[in-house]
Amino acid sequence: MNIVVLVKQVPDSGAERTLSADFSVDRASSSNVINEMDEYAIEEALKIKEAHGGEVTVLTVGPAGATDSIRKALSMGPDKAVHVQDDALHGSCAVATSKVLAAALRTLSPDLILSGAESTDGRVQVVPHMLAELLGVAALTGARKLTVDGSQLTVERQTDEGYEVVTAATPAIVSVWDTINEPRYPSFKGIMAAKKKPVQALTLGDLGISGDEVGFAGATSQVLEFNKRPARTGGAKVVDEGNGGEQLVSYLASEKFV
Amino acid sequence: MVDFRLDKEYEELRDSVRQFAREQVAPVIADHYEKKTFPYEVIRQMGSMGLFGLPFPEEHGGMGGDYFALCIALEELARVDSSVAITLEAAVSLGAMPIYRFGTEEQRKQWLPRLTSGAALAAFGLTEPGAGSDASGTLTRAVLDESTNEWVINGTKAFITNSGTDITCLVNVMAVTGTNPDGSKELSTIIVPSGTPGFTVAPGYSKVGWCASDTHELSFDDVRVPAANLLGERGRGYAQFLRILDEGRIAIAALSVGLAQGCVDESVTYAKNRTAFGHAISDYQAVKFLIADMDLRAHTARLGYYDAAARMLAGDDFKRYAAIAKLNASNAAMENSRWATQVHGGYGFMNESAVGRFYRDAKILEVGEGTSEVQRMLIARGLGL
Ligand SMILES: Cc1cc2nc3c(=O)[nH]c(=O)nc-3n(C[C@H](O)[C@H](O)[C@H](O)COP(=O)(O)OP(=O)(O)OC[C@H]3O[C@@H](n4cnc5c(N)ncnc54)[C@H](O)[C@@H]3O)c2cc1C
Ligand SMILES: Cc1cc2nc3c(=O)[nH]c(=O)nc-3n(C[C@H](O)[C@H](O)[C@H](O)COP(=O)(O)OP(=O)(O)OC[C@H]3O[C@@H](n4cnc5c(N)ncnc54)[C@H](O)[C@@H]3O)c2cc1C
Repeated sequence: MNIVVLVKQVPDSGAERTLSADFSVDRASSSNVINEMDEYAIEEALKIKEAHGGEVTVLTVGPAGATDSIRKALSMGPDKAVHVQDDALHGSCAVATSKVLAAALRTLSPDLILSGAESTDGRVQVVPHMLAELLGVAALTGARKLTVDGSQLTVERQTDEGYEVVTAATPAIVSVWDTINEPRYPSFKGIMAAKKKPVQALTLGDLGISGDEVGFAGATSQVLEFNKRPARTGGAKVVDEGNGGEQLVSYLASEKFV
Repeated sequence: MVDFRLDKEYEELRDSVRQFAREQVAPVIADHYEKKTFPYEVIRQMGSMGLFGLPFPEEHGGMGGDYFALCIALEELARVDSSVAITLEAAVSLGAMPIYRFGTEEQRKQWLPRLTSGAALAAFGLTEPGAGSDASGTLTRAVLDESTNEWVINGTKAFITNSGTDITCLVNVMAVTGTNPDGSKELSTIIVPSGTPGFTVAPGYSKVGWCASDTHELSFDDVRVPAANLLGERGRGYAQFLRILDEGRIAIAALSVGLAQGCVDESVTYAKNRTAFGHAISDYQAVKFLIADMDLRAHTARLGYYDAAARMLAGDDFKRYAAIAKLNASNAAMENSRWATQVHGGYGFMNESAVGRFYRDAKILEVGEGTSEVQRMLIARGLGL
């Protein structure tokens, strides 16, 4: 099976994050990592390859610095990578990014596209759906389990209340949550091997996309202002008047912890 | 020009192990430590990420790395916990390495794939109740029974790491196999598989530290193994363990640096968050200076083991530098754990605190794989004294 995994580089969500003067995500002043959910997509792709054979390609749209994340992704085990990099991409919205990803995916003709369910910087959860629309393939999103049987895909789709079972035939895109598996840590052999794996560089020109369709110029949405997260408040106090347990559980349920 | 910054692949390995230690070891290790249980699941995960194969070539199931890669991994593990770090160190450096370095092709084929994958552990039995720093005190004897072509082993080994886990597959046993022309004992190493009749593993010791690692006294009572279990040549035991321990010192230095660095990490976080007399205690110069000194020790000790490893990998004589690295790093670990617990106040005296464990784990670093006095003897010998 020809699998492409979408891997985005994001600012480390464990560190201090901010926006640049132009209101785009500040990628220069923070340490950048693979979007956490994408590591689960990579793991899932590798497991499918191990069970059914095939090839795994990492696809990234991002600035030059994203090569670090591509190397790290490759050190987990994928075969090769494609890196779409172009100065005109700076400031791209989800629609524009999807356009670029779709164009790159057409050159790879995958049977299965795997992605994280969301990225920790944008958190819009729309790219997988947009890609499905642009490519005319099925979208099985928010997976907590994926089963492959020939060209038939079965997904347990995680919802707030439980899960839905949905199926589709390849080609399709599946986005995954962090409940789907336990990503492997790169081994030294994987790290050494990654240095020799091919990384194909593509520009917008290679994909037949003009600069004004993407970036700030082509953005369908615009950030007008932003505010810092409010300081932490005292939190909720539960006074136990015999029903403390119930109150705790209903609080946890309202926050979707249980 | 000399440069102590890491090559990219070592840096990536360090990041990978750092993340593993933080995500998989830190949350579970205090419980294992308290209950004195061996962390099988953590060890299995370390195996699947290739840590047990780091310095071995791929044909033996290894990662194709080198001894320095192992040291980097040990440092990052020990930054969080020393029990898992020593389990890796002993399994690789004392268990599998002798078989890789001195074993026959058959012995390598038989044992290395399981050892380098971490599916099985091997141990190294040198120390005895009456022989530690001075191996000439070894009493364990192996006699070749020519009628059956078997070694018959009798004796006792003390403090042997990894010798009694459910996945231990063998112990490399140092035994007297005869007398040299000069009257000294002829020492040889013999591979004794776990479960061989007459080979008894005593219950685990109650230890001050390294409480989630596996250490036992072993007894050998007419234990019979095939003559082919001799590791390398007969009479080479002394030279073999000297080589193994010279390398091992660099590994223990790396582990010590990890502990010393862990003390810095924990103290910085704690001092910023702990308030006394109206300020974070990190506002007090007395506390800042304690932590600055800790950082000084960790960093300089790190340079020492990087240097010793570089000399070893370059094929230079590294004995003296390995001894310096180990002596200095184990001292850094002891000092840092002393002051890190101080910064933590009463909480530092609790076993649940990481620094409480570091304090208990530091002492053995001045003893295992050559005491600090033995390191001084080696340094002095290197100076022609
Ligand atoms: C948790 C743990 C795990 C271990 N794992 C292993 C293992 O896997 N395999 C193994 O073989 N061993 C192992 N050991 C044993 C360890 O290597 C020895 O304890 C160590 O080498 C010291 O030997 P000893 O205990 O006999 O002390 P001794 O040699 O009796 O030393 C006692 C003291 O005398 C000092 N001393 C001795 N000779 C001199 C001298 N000439 N000049 C000055 N001072 C001297 C020493 O430095 C020390 O301070 C382990 C020990 C522990 C505690
Ligand atoms: C086993 C045990 C038994 C105990 N029994 C009792 C008991 O019976 N009754 C009781 O009341 N308490 C008891 N304690 C608590 C003990 O007295 C405290 O732990 C101790 O006073 C230190 O306080 P702390 O832990 O809050 O550390 P902190 O006061 O938080 O100190 C942390 C670090 O900051 C340093 N520091 C703080 N302020 C300054 C400053 N201004 N300048 C420079 N450095 C500073 C300290 O020296 C220390 O290194 C016990 C503790 C233990 C571990």
